[in-house]
Amino acid sequence: MTMTRSVTIQEGLDVYSIRKQFPILDREVKGRRLVYFDNAATSQKPQSVIDALVNYYTNYNANIHRGIHTLAEEATAAFEATRDAARQFIHAASREEIIFTRGTTEGINLVAYTWGRQNIKAGDEIIISAMEHHSNIVPWQIVCEEKNAVLKIIPINDEGELLMPEYEKMLGPKTKLVSIVQVSNALGTVNPVKTMIDAAHKAGALVFVDGAQSTVHLDINVQEMDCDFFAFSAHKLYGPTGVGILYGKKHLLESMPVFQGGGEMIKEVTFEKTIYNDLPYKYEAGTPNIADTIAFKTALDFIQETGKEKIRKHEQELLVYATSQLEQIPGLRIIGTAREKTSVISFIIDKTHPQDIGILLDNRGIAVRTGHHCAEPLMRRFGIPGTARASFAVYNTKEEIDELVTGLQKVVKMLL
Amino acid sequence: MSIDNTIEATEKEIVEEFSLFDSWDDKYEYIIDLGKKLPPLEEQYKMDENRVRGCQSTVWLVADYKGGKVFFKAESDAVIVKGLISLLIRVLSGHTPAEIIEAKLDFIRQIGMTTHLAQTRSNGLLAMVKQMKNYAIVFKTKEAALTGNQ
Repeated sequence: MTMTRSVTIQEGLDVYSIRKQFPILDREVKGRRLVYFDNAATSQKPQSVIDALVNYYTNYNANIHRGIHTLAEEATAAFEATRDAARQFIHAASREEIIFTRGTTEGINLVAYTWGRQNIKAGDEIIISAMEHHSNIVPWQIVCEEKNAVLKIIPINDEGELLMPEYEKMLGPKTKLVSIVQVSNALGTVNPVKTMIDAAHKAGALVFVDGAQSTVHLDINVQEMDCDFFAFSAHKLYGPTGVGILYGKKHLLESMPVFQGGGEMIKEVTFEKTIYNDLPYKYEAGTPNIADTIAFKTALDFIQETGKEKIRKHEQELLVYATSQLEQIPGLRIIGTAREKTSVISFIIDKTHPQDIGILLDNRGIAVRTGHHCAEPLMRRFGIPGTARASFAVYNTKEEIDELVTGLQKVVKMLL
Repeated sequence: MSIDNTIEATEKEIVEEFSLFDSWDDKYEYIIDLGKKLPPLEEQYKMDENRVRGCQSTVWLVADYKGGKVFFKAESDAVIVKGLISLLIRVLSGHTPAEIIEAKLDFIRQIGMTTHLAQTRSNGLLAMVKQMKNYAIVFKTKEAALTGNQ
């Protein structure tokens, strides 16, 4: 027995010791121990991240960059250390390419408003896909409307995979940008971004990769991927809310106009003219979210120490197990059955509404997400109002999946 | 029907009914049952102008004004919302616009269903309560205008 246990620890992930690091997992909901399966919306935070937040406010809260006193120096060092950690995490070439934002959405908007407004002209084309989150649709729609440009949509098949030949046909001299989600939040599909980037570059277009869902699961190397922009959010990587990273190739970030004006993004201000600061500060106007940015490094450390490969293996095991268990529930249909998926299962059950499923699962202490997942066009593609979605993280277990299955059986009985 | 059929009396009646249940499952089973029993809304009413938009479930609401009283008919594609709608109709339908506008609807909290009115964008119930009150305001305003003209 001891042997099996030690083998588990060496080769795989010791999920029970991981769980101990997440205090929220001990709480009860509706009289039962919480089962948290809404990780694709936001992940829970380990104690180390919570401690980092408290430690900042308790010991060295100060505004960064401009102060000469000890607290400001300590806060600045910790803040900038997160930039270095983030650079390393996605393998960017330099720290100047790492811009702090509020999250993925702000990263996309930043590029749409700066690069987009400067470079998109009437008749130009921007390509996105049918599985985009509203955050990767609306900013480009705004640019296209303003510039009289055209938004083109890569269609998908019934499994929830991009139709690559269609994509390749769309690329042409008018294509200025391809903005594509690396992993679909609603389906879990992993898109072949490398192939897509190479094809786009051949056509002379730039590529923005929305990494909101992918960064926590996959190894990200922006240099190998060769994307021009990449954005993700800290809170989906066991970090705090309100912090995100925008990566951009240096020469692009240098040539783009500024986004917001204010403190920190300037070198010299006179009433006649302002000289803007160098990268990365050029895009970081105003006092940033210092505490959460600092704590984000602790979240990245947690992932590195646990081991991304181990986490991925664990999540894939959960995905395979949950898929096989859920498929046995009569009337249940999984939406999104791509060959390559992250640990996300979207489903509907015959003659039931996803919202009812969500309410009744919550009543049993199980948190799933229901609705259109901010991807209404995608739901329309499948002809459904929405789905229920269970998404798994490092701390989830097979026992919890069993609870979901038992819960669903009970829920279906109540609803039908 | 009880002799005292004010909004408050019906609310009290519902609260008493729910006090008989000792588990959440029982409460929800009852609500689901009410939802299933709510007569379906005729297809001709299921048009966009009768749609109350929630983020997840759709509610269709129709109001009729007869003899100084408002009568509601509604439906939803989600059964729990439908059950809650059925309770709201039971409480509000058949009352004057003034009574509906004044209604506190505290029974929703008392039966433990406040979450369904929370600002989570998750369903159309909150929007539906607002819409019911809006209808009452419109009928009251129209009536005032008519009386004023005469």
